[in-house]
Amino acid sequence: MKFKENMKLYVKYAAVCTQGIMQYKLSFFLMVFARFMIAFCELIAIKFLFSGLTQIKGYTYGDVLLCFSMIQMSFTFAELFGNGFKVFSGMVRRGEFDRLLLRPCSLILQVIGSRFEVGRTGPLLTALVTLVLGIRHSQITWNLLTVWTIAAMIIGGMFLFIGLFMLEASLCFFTIEDTSLMNALTYGAKEHSKYPIDIYGKGVMRFCTYIIPYTLIQYYPLQVLLGKTREWYFAFCPLGILVFLVICYVVWQFGVKNYQSCGS
Amino acid sequence: MKKYISFFKLRFATGMQYRMASVVALTTQLIWGLMECLAYKAVAEAMGGRIPMDYTSIVTYIWLKEALFILFNTWAADNELFAMITNGDVAYELCRPVSIYSMWFSRTTGARIAEALMRCIPVLFCAFLMPRAYRMTLPVSGVSFLLFLGTLLLAIGITVSFCMLVYMLSFFTISPQGWRMVLTGAVEFLSGNIIPLPFFPKKYLSLLELTPFAYMQNVPFRIYSGDLAGAEVSRCIIKQIFWLVTLMLAGVLLWKQAEKRIVIQGG
Repeated sequence: MKFKENMKLYVKYAAVCTQGIMQYKLSFFLMVFARFMIAFCELIAIKFLFSGLTQIKGYTYGDVLLCFSMIQMSFTFAELFGNGFKVFSGMVRRGEFDRLLLRPCSLILQVIGSRFEVGRTGPLLTALVTLVLGIRHSQITWNLLTVWTIAAMIIGGMFLFIGLFMLEASLCFFTIEDTSLMNALTYGAKEHSKYPIDIYGKGVMRFCTYIIPYTLIQYYPLQVLLGKTREWYFAFCPLGILVFLVICYVVWQFGVKNYQSCGS
Repeated sequence: MKKYISFFKLRFATGMQYRMASVVALTTQLIWGLMECLAYKAVAEAMGGRIPMDYTSIVTYIWLKEALFILFNTWAADNELFAMITNGDVAYELCRPVSIYSMWFSRTTGARIAEALMRCIPVLFCAFLMPRAYRMTLPVSGVSFLLFLGTLLLAIGITVSFCMLVYMLSFFTISPQGWRMVLTGAVEFLSGNIIPLPFFPKKYLSLLELTPFAYMQNVPFRIYSGDLAGAEVSRCIIKQIFWLVTLMLAGVLLWKQAEKRIVIQGG
């Protein structure tokens, strides 16, 4: 029952946030448009780059489009649902977090619920267009496994980024200040995962497998999707993100336990 | 003139206060730059001889972009000014016996140069120490370095006067954030921040060369690495001067309009 109650509350939170944003309609639409356009410019950049190229390390234009669209979707959904974690440092600094601690309700729900921003959905349109383009350009053989792989890559990616946002928020318990330290891991990863990770070489591959498991939601399942490998079980790599999420949750809990109030 | 120099100095001094933040930003920038170098290395290998800009020039372009990004970043432009326009403090600015356009122009330039100076030294230092394949190179010649500095100043002027247009436009709307994002997003792409302009297909590039965006970071960065040389350089400098004057004139005219119908918000 508790899950149902929480979901109800979350929907309420989201509705209230959306109502608030909708008070400034023009600003809202411009924001959505701007975010869409920024993502779209990146798509054009890839197109321009590929006008003189047929493949990069064995990946075609269509393959890169697939990577780009899936990572855009994961990141957009993560920003949509996990935005509360991103602005968390402000909550701690202003002392607002203390208020959340007093309420008889899940902390994470309150943090992510209080900052639900519909305007973040702008890049989704670009991502959808790109996904269709990518699917048409690359030779995917359609079966249950490939459908699963695409879905798992997008959803797994979303949880990976939410986990990273959570880690970033947990850092605030100790530093108070806003740290842009994690930006390279979140924005940087979104930016650079438009290419399959293995084009960056062995060092980056290792980092992206053992330190932050980006390859689980990109490189390995991608091999199955593009039919580059016979190891069908690579398609189930995104499930590994669950382990990563548990680790992030433990760090978050540790942060909450050690939290000393701040702000006024 | 003296008072404008003081505004410049004031912002310069304030900008110098945030040292810790830039240490953190350094790490991010280095990772970012290195990842970009790695991506272009793969691109260069795939393109072979048909690459429109040679790989070492690209590496230098990337590091210059990272080191000096604050100069050409239309997004992180002086937030105080936007706050002033939305919360009504701009009324105090109007009381001062100085021209708003010149005052804001000098303080924006001052803030940018201060922050850029502080950020560029560590980034450049590390960029020169990178492994050979990702190392930034010295300018091709003394002359090209001097031309780099000259065109850099002109490029800053063009970027700031473009930002001034955006400030002035925010006098006409209550919520400038949306417009700002649209404009700055477009500039980022058109000025060669996402991919260097030589990678644009010919027909788009010739169109782009009719706009001020091709004369922002594109010109100095490519002169530095020798990618842009010869008669092309003088042609670019003339266009830079043209756009600087045009944008500044447009800004002043727009300000004259804004001044007439200014509404002070907040209280």
